[in-house]
Amino acid sequence: MRVAVLGATRGMGREVARRLAERGDTLVVLARDAGAGEAMATDLRIRGARDTAFVPCDLADPTTFAPALDAATAFLHQLDAVVVTAGLFGTQEQLEDDLDLCARVLDVDFTKTILFCEHARTRLLERGGGTLVVFSSVAGDRGRKTTGLYGATKAGLSHYLESLDHKFRSAGLVTITVKPGFIRTGMTAGLKEAPFAADADDVAPLVVKAMDRAAPVVYTPRIWQLVMLVIRYLPRFVMRRVGF
Amino acid sequence: MNSKTSDPTVPLAPHERLRGWGGMSAPGREIRSEDLRAVTEGAVLSRGLGRSYGDASLPPPGVTEVVGTSLADRMLAFDPATGVLRAEAGLSLAALARAFLPQGWFTPVSTGTWFVTLGGMVASDVHGKNHHVAGTIGRHLRSLVVRLPSGEIVTCSRDQHPELFFACQGGMGLFGHILEVELALEKIPSPWVWQESYQCPDLDSLLDTLEASASWPMTACWIDTLATGGSFGRGLAMRGRWAERREAPPRMPAPGLSPTVPFDAPSWTLNDLSMKAFNFVWYHKQLREAAIGPVTPHAWFTPLDAVKHWSRAYGKRGFTQHQAVIPREAGRDKVRGFLEILSRRGGTGFLCVVKDCGPQGEGLLSFPRPGTSVALDLPVNDGIQDLIDELNRYVIDVGGRIYLTKDGYTRREHFEAMEAERLPAFHAARDRWDPERRLRSAMSVRLFGDPVGPATTTGAGR
Repeated sequence: MRVAVLGATRGMGREVARRLAERGDTLVVLARDAGAGEAMATDLRIRGARDTAFVPCDLADPTTFAPALDAATAFLHQLDAVVVTAGLFGTQEQLEDDLDLCARVLDVDFTKTILFCEHARTRLLERGGGTLVVFSSVAGDRGRKTTGLYGATKAGLSHYLESLDHKFRSAGLVTITVKPGFIRTGMTAGLKEAPFAADADDVAPLVVKAMDRAAPVVYTPRIWQLVMLVIRYLPRFVMRRVGF
Repeated sequence: MNSKTSDPTVPLAPHERLRGWGGMSAPGREIRSEDLRAVTEGAVLSRGLGRSYGDASLPPPGVTEVVGTSLADRMLAFDPATGVLRAEAGLSLAALARAFLPQGWFTPVSTGTWFVTLGGMVASDVHGKNHHVAGTIGRHLRSLVVRLPSGEIVTCSRDQHPELFFACQGGMGLFGHILEVELALEKIPSPWVWQESYQCPDLDSLLDTLEASASWPMTACWIDTLATGGSFGRGLAMRGRWAERREAPPRMPAPGLSPTVPFDAPSWTLNDLSMKAFNFVWYHKQLREAAIGPVTPHAWFTPLDAVKHWSRAYGKRGFTQHQAVIPREAGRDKVRGFLEILSRRGGTGFLCVVKDCGPQGEGLLSFPRPGTSVALDLPVNDGIQDLIDELNRYVIDVGGRIYLTKDGYTRREHFEAMEAERLPAFHAARDRWDPERRLRSAMSVRLFGDPVGPATTTGAGR
């Protein structure tokens, strides 16, 4: 496969890109920072990628989206899949205390991410389809005390991604919504671990498997699928009482 | 974006404890980041995946934060002509194996678990089943990038700051935060291992088989510590080499099942009966006297990695390991005597591994030396300190030494007696690179008398 990954320099994106590299895929690292982007392209090549390149792209700056995807397509010759793991994060307390940060998180994780997906899905559809993999979160499945603001962007994102999948699946575009629980990455470093915490290394294969099977929704680790099934149907008065 | 992760002034919550692999723990939290250069600034200690058994990766009392390196795991450069790999210190052997076994390369020295980082391997100057021919990991290092206790970042190698280069090998992380490791990988003919495993009915036949296998690149023995009388010291002698392409199955080897031990086992599950059963099954797991053929490298190098968190089988109090090398010149009877202490005291554990060691490494406190290494898992109970003391007195008598990476209980005076020859150079190197003892661990407080509490700008002194 020929894949462009936005967010491959860190966290989950790093591990998903590595799994793709290890099976010989050709990869473009879309990233803001040239040093980190080039280093990651090298890492992926050493691990077995057929070929890799770094292309600058900043999720916070939509003017970079079209040129980045054009350059990625030129390098890959054909764009088979786009993976989006980039995003901002803040705890509920941090976002409540700092509304500037809050505005940036809402903007980047919702508006800018959806704009990027619109650019990506247009290009994938132009060539007759492909796979769009986007990292949402279990935090978007239900309004919760502890993840309200960040979760709201993910709820909106999940909603958008589901509609994409319904609308364009028949045209050949597979949209995959990934909903990670607590993964031990740089994003969550220093936070108290939630239940079922997992390493990126352990859950990345689930994402690659979902790409192979064209599964529309994937929870990582898998246990979250069951957990959220229950949580989604909990009555509001119960939700209000639990600290979850 | 990162949330702010490091703030030593934030008091620890009761759940925030760091654990050694055996279960020994101390209050503290791990500060992890993909950016090791940033996160090691001013830090007291770095730890990798926490596979050292005792207190080597635990902070000194009064220090709340240590750096966790495992997120900094990029491969930075690889030369397919020479096999030299440069990578960040948090790269794990498991990830290295996954990426390089299919490409026909592997680490020249493999530990008994692949859940270790390159940085941790250097800090412990690890050895493997091929020590008698390949030496420790130090022999295969080209260079290290290290953040010194002073804060400065330097590259060291055999030509550049060689004293620092050798001090870091087996230096237990006390000479600097290892940021990058450059290592020569070994070209392998196939990703499978050709194994020959023999049941040996007593200690002499076991050690005979081990000696007769010295020309093999990899050897090790496992001993049934619960066999007594005529069967005392019975076990499996294993020798192996990388399989030639024509001997190897045509597919990539895959790790076995990955069950997990989800929580600490209740203490009653660990008793003589369960251990006897385990040892019996392990001895008879091969039904024939000899098992010969290709096996996966996972089964050969890391049989226990297949069970995640296997250490929890030892229950809440955990376990420790005592690994000592009995010098060759002391003779085989001294190996027997060492094992007899255990059977006499009934202080038995699940696993006892015996391995012949080759020449000593170049690290200042590198563990192996010519002789027989005996590694013994011991459940922690009220008698553990007495048992370790007795084993250590024996080791001192025969002129042997212990492996710090496995240790959590050795007394300072015992360690000083074992290492009387090498300790002065070790202390002198620390005086040179870290006179204020900014880098410390719970182990360095216990064994080297380092100060407790956070480092001060004027120096904690001694």
